Amino acid sequence: MEMLWFWLVSVMVAIYAVMDGFDFGAGVLHLFVARTEAERREVLAAIGPLWDGNEVWLLAAGGAMFLAFPRLLASGFSGFYLAMFMVIWALILRGIAIEFRSHVRDEMWRAFWDRVFAFASTLMPVLLGAALGNVVRGVPLDATGYFTIPLFTTFGTGNPVGILDWYTVLMGLLVLATLTAHGALFLAWKTEGVLHLRCLHAARKLWPAVAVLALIATWATAKVNPAVYHNLPGAPLAWAGLALFLGGLGAVLAGLLGGRHLLAFLGSSAFIIGILAATAACVWPVMLPSTLDPAASLTAYNASAGAHGLRAGLGWWVVGFPIALGYFACLFRLHRGKVSAPGEGQGY
Amino acid sequence: MGDLLFWHRLQFGFTATFHYIFPQLTMGLALIIVVLKGLGLARSDPRFDTAARFWIRIFGLSFAVGVVTGIPLEFQFGTNWARFSAHAGGVIGQTLGMEGMFAFFLESAFLGLLVWGERRLGPRRHFLAALALFLGSWLSGYFIVATNAFMQHPVGYFAAADGTLQLADFWAFLFNRWAIIQYLHNMMGAAVTGGFAVAALGAFWTLRGAHLEQAALFLKTGVVAGFLASLLVAFPTGDQQGKQVAKYQQPTLAAMEGRWKSGPYAELNLIGQPNVEGRRLDNPVRLPGLLSFIAHGSFSSDVKGLDEFPQDRWPSNLEFLYYGFHIMVGLGTLFIALMGLAAAFMAWGRLERTRPLLWALMLAFPFPFIANSAGWVVAEFGRQPWLVYGLQRTAEGTSRLVHPGQTVFTTLGFAGLYFVLGLLFLFLVGREIDHGPV
Repeated sequence: MEMLWFWLVSVMVAIYAVMDGFDFGAGVLHLFVARTEAERREVLAAIGPLWDGNEVWLLAAGGAMFLAFPRLLASGFSGFYLAMFMVIWALILRGIAIEFRSHVRDEMWRAFWDRVFAFASTLMPVLLGAALGNVVRGVPLDATGYFTIPLFTTFGTGNPVGILDWYTVLMGLLVLATLTAHGALFLAWKTEGVLHLRCLHAARKLWPAVAVLALIATWATAKVNPAVYHNLPGAPLAWAGLALFLGGLGAVLAGLLGGRHLLAFLGSSAFIIGILAATAACVWPVMLPSTLDPAASLTAYNASAGAHGLRAGLGWWVVGFPIALGYFACLFRLHRGKVSAPGEGQGY
Repeated sequence: MGDLLFWHRLQFGFTATFHYIFPQLTMGLALIIVVLKGLGLARSDPRFDTAARFWIRIFGLSFAVGVVTGIPLEFQFGTNWARFSAHAGGVIGQTLGMEGMFAFFLESAFLGLLVWGERRLGPRRHFLAALALFLGSWLSGYFIVATNAFMQHPVGYFAAADGTLQLADFWAFLFNRWAIIQYLHNMMGAAVTGGFAVAALGAFWTLRGAHLEQAALFLKTGVVAGFLASLLVAFPTGDQQGKQVAKYQQPTLAAMEGRWKSGPYAELNLIGQPNVEGRRLDNPVRLPGLLSFIAHGSFSSDVKGLDEFPQDRWPSNLEFLYYGFHIMVGLGTLFIALMGLAAAFMAWGRLERTRPLLWALMLAFPFPFIANSAGWVVAEFGRQPWLVYGLQRTAEGTSRLVHPGQTVFTTLGFAGLYFVLGLLFLFLVGREIDHGPV
């Protein structure tokens, strides 16, 4: 049951990364690819009906983690205290930037919120990447199951560790590049004209950088936490994740070369899911490793809730999850095809 | 450590109170929008659709601020109250998880359709979008109240070998009797806020002589909704809520009324200042027997005073709790009187010409926000000194390794951010009111 919940939470985190990922990417890029008011509105029309729901995956994944692994949530959230508030504040700024922008027809008002949107959208992937880096590298958990960690120390990966070091910053950059490239493909798929061409151009520039960064990150992970790869030979899901990762990269390449934009977007989605799945399979059952004592690490077994709670949670999860997917299927269907810039007062 | 507890409590109290300004308005308006859309559909009367369109715009703004100020609260369970999360997460994680899965997805999927999709969807499907938002927001309210109800009156759990609370009976936990009563009381409070807001704008436009057709409709809708909700928030829901506090949180009831001595024919205090040092209420104006009646249904029944309980079980911040309760009840009584009067004048056909009453309705709109906040002050201060009633003390729930310097920093950050957010919200709502119905 613990293993099942480990994977359910991982699946929800992966869906979150793919879904909110493309609207983060759109936020990072929009100042560059969308230069006129009409183009900006096209970008917002592409992500407008979806971004709020995308963000709910974060809350849903957090909720699932809370019910299944309360000690992990307690320890991780309080340990990363200040970084968590940066995430919270970035999400607040992003949300109001998107929602408030369209309410006032004024150039300066909109220019301001566009920049807030870009700033928060850039910060989020860096923070998520750094979080991933911290989860792989480990944190100074002691026998009480809690830790506290400064934002930075010496930028080395040895004790005393900080939230930001060369490895977690590298992961931050990798995630920023990946989600930006992912967002470029989403926008290329959903838009036409000059905006579409600029997004394709950005995607062609970004994807080689993503591939190089992913390669460096793979090497760096082996250096920072070699134990991660010890599981690899015996973890079929890790191989499946790796295959998805490489297949996704291939699909991105094929899609970009062949002008099949949906294929490219699906490829980048597979790429993201593949990375996360391979990581999850390699670290299992550890969810937060300790840099002080491996025995103090939080695992799916020692951080989980009681058996009845896990069963009850599964009972409603299997009802709720398909419904949630259904909403997204309907939304994608309703907003299928290329977007056009909506008229004033007709949407985002 | 004492300092740390203070800052954690201040931060959660501030962020939760600020947040709840918005959901109470969206939940109240969601109900009114569904009614307006329903009437528009049933009577094929475009006036109702115009009214709904206007309030959907206010709803959208309020919803957006509600969403972004709600996210921090979900995080703060882990960041600021880690030991509470580790202790009770096996139980309350259920409802918080369900809220995301069943309420947030529903709301997020239909919000865009409700706000932007009227033309694309057509009247029938646009009504369904309104219904979906109503269901989503009211469902979300239930999951949060059910979570809170576990902290007020824990049921359906067992204490595991490691001391943590774990789920024993899912349905008992989800349909906690406390949750159902508190939920109904809370939602009627939200409906009061919505009704007063709609009536206030109707009164404003009527006094101004602007948008008279819509103003009349707003007045009618707002007064009917406000009057019914004001009655229902008091009877039976508020009354039942009081009775369950009397039954399960006896020191809380005593503190709410500033009552130290036990005895029958307990008085309800209209005015008075609790003097904790002297263990008495100063300058009281009281109605004998009424508290006994409210608490247990009979004037002669015995109501325990705080002297019966050890002081370490008294709610901390007793004064705040006392005033929270009296502000809530006092305002609730005034709401019934004001809306009752407005409803009578409306039935008589003279409301739109009775300017003093219109002024009163217009100026009354902030008070339901105050009454709702005061109500949550009663619930949350009344729960003290417990985080989970009888099971975990508030002081035992904080994140131990987060130091006050960090919590003060983030609290100040929220204060600044929310100040700006509040100004922006008022500015944008003001613009919508200025634009009028379209």
